[in-house]
Amino acid sequence: MAVAPVKTPLDAERLKQDFPILAHPPGGKPLHYLDSAASAQKPRVVIDALVDMYETSYAAVHRAVYSLGEAATERYEATRDKVAALLGAADRREVIFVRNSTEGLNLVAYGYGLKFLGPGDVIVSTEMEHHSNLVPWQLLAQRTGATMHYLRLGDTGELDPGSLAALESVENIKLVAAGHVSNSLGTINDIPALARWAHDRGAVLVVDGAQAAPHRPVDVAALGCDFYAISGHKMCGPGVGALWGREKLLGEMDPFLTGGGQIAQVGLERTTWNELPYKFEAGVPPVAEVAAFGTAVDYLTGIGLEAIHAHEQALTEYGYQLLSDLPGVTLYGPAPPNRAGVLSFTVDGVHAHDVAQVLDTDGVCVRAGHHCTQPAMRHYGLVATARASVYLYNTVDDLDALAAGLAKVRRTFGV
Amino acid sequence: MDDLYRENILDHYNHPRNSGHLDHPTVTAEGVNPLCGDELSVELQVEDGVVTDVRYNGQGCAISQAAASMISEAVKGRPVAEVAQLGKEDVLDELGIPLMPLRLKCALLSVGVLKVALAELEDGPQPEWGEDTSGITWKSG
Repeated sequence: MAVAPVKTPLDAERLKQDFPILAHPPGGKPLHYLDSAASAQKPRVVIDALVDMYETSYAAVHRAVYSLGEAATERYEATRDKVAALLGAADRREVIFVRNSTEGLNLVAYGYGLKFLGPGDVIVSTEMEHHSNLVPWQLLAQRTGATMHYLRLGDTGELDPGSLAALESVENIKLVAAGHVSNSLGTINDIPALARWAHDRGAVLVVDGAQAAPHRPVDVAALGCDFYAISGHKMCGPGVGALWGREKLLGEMDPFLTGGGQIAQVGLERTTWNELPYKFEAGVPPVAEVAAFGTAVDYLTGIGLEAIHAHEQALTEYGYQLLSDLPGVTLYGPAPPNRAGVLSFTVDGVHAHDVAQVLDTDGVCVRAGHHCTQPAMRHYGLVATARASVYLYNTVDDLDALAAGLAKVRRTFGV
Repeated sequence: MDDLYRENILDHYNHPRNSGHLDHPTVTAEGVNPLCGDELSVELQVEDGVVTDVRYNGQGCAISQAAASMISEAVKGRPVAEVAQLGKEDVLDELGIPLMPLRLKCALLSVGVLKVALAELEDGPQPEWGEDTSGITWKSG
């Protein structure tokens, strides 16, 4: 096979040992986990942090007078500082904990959108969006009387270069929603350019960072966006996420979820909101999960997001070449190097579900379906693809197993 | 699950039985699973309360298409009332392998279209959904 050797700054074989499921796969059979785009595996330190919270420092945060409550609050709030630093936020008050990126994006739709958009206003999304950065805006448009416009996909998986120009004459654009990295095509969008375009038109830019933040350094100031949503579970953390938003906007917005913890004074006639960020954190939060999310952030920054990115780049180029060389396999999305480690492909004559099922017999885990990007799939005339995605713990061996598995797929189906 | 694609499933997938069209079907129906693109349509010939002939057509994963082919052989010559009772257990018996819930939907598509078609008969049995077939869109003709 004429594929160049892979140079990466990470020793992924060693990193795998940090992850119990990968170090000791269930049933003792080989496991090639290539579905981190859906959710990432958890390292021992994060699992331990979660358990340790429950064993030593658990209480409801923010409102306990006793020292155990103080301990819990410290660990919870420490994560806020870590996420703020990770994203380059100007202030810790700009980081809000949510369940996942989906909830973060919905928070903006409800808190900002419902308050500031009205009939005649325009929302711009893109054809490549994950449904979580598409559907909330569609519903917002329905509820406010705003109209949807979309930046279209081009042939290569990037946004069509003419798509911005096509909206030149559209007035009253108030909100633009775009993904940083596509979870089904691997496309990396030029967020700074989109931010400038949005701001020139008096619109805010909301970015779905779910597929970017785990895999590359992110600096929201450099990106220029107004909101950025991330999912902790995709970055080796538990099932929580975070939304970063500009302090000024968060201050002007309505809360999304209301009730305990996010209020200052409650009266029968009038209720006032708590200060940022608590205005947006209603109810007792998932204390242990947020604390362990902080441990996940430490784990990633300990390895270095630059190094993780370089590792994935190398694997992506290897994997893209490997799959391109296989007969009967078609890849989607831009060619490397300007693409992320998300490889969507089809096998001629074999349905994506069947591909994934056969791959599973050799412990190769990929996703099959529309990846919550039905418009993107439809653009390329597809209903479903198989998708392999790489992370810091993946190796050349995992990709070789994928290739071998695909040869087995073709043999099984006689194609 | 090395057996999943055992010979009989692949055989039915590659050489589907009772595929094609009937000249004068009594009832027809279609089902599509938009999540994965599995599609099946069925045409039934019913005389005196018996399914005398059946044809399936479709495209999709091996499980969905093989199940249709296998079920088609199982229903020919059987009374409508019996055919209407076919469910998850029958499909699994035919396929001969256990299925995880996600793939079960693929297999149940074949039985689902059958039930939707039968409901079109005068005094036809109304479909009873024993298992979760949510997300699938049905159409009868």
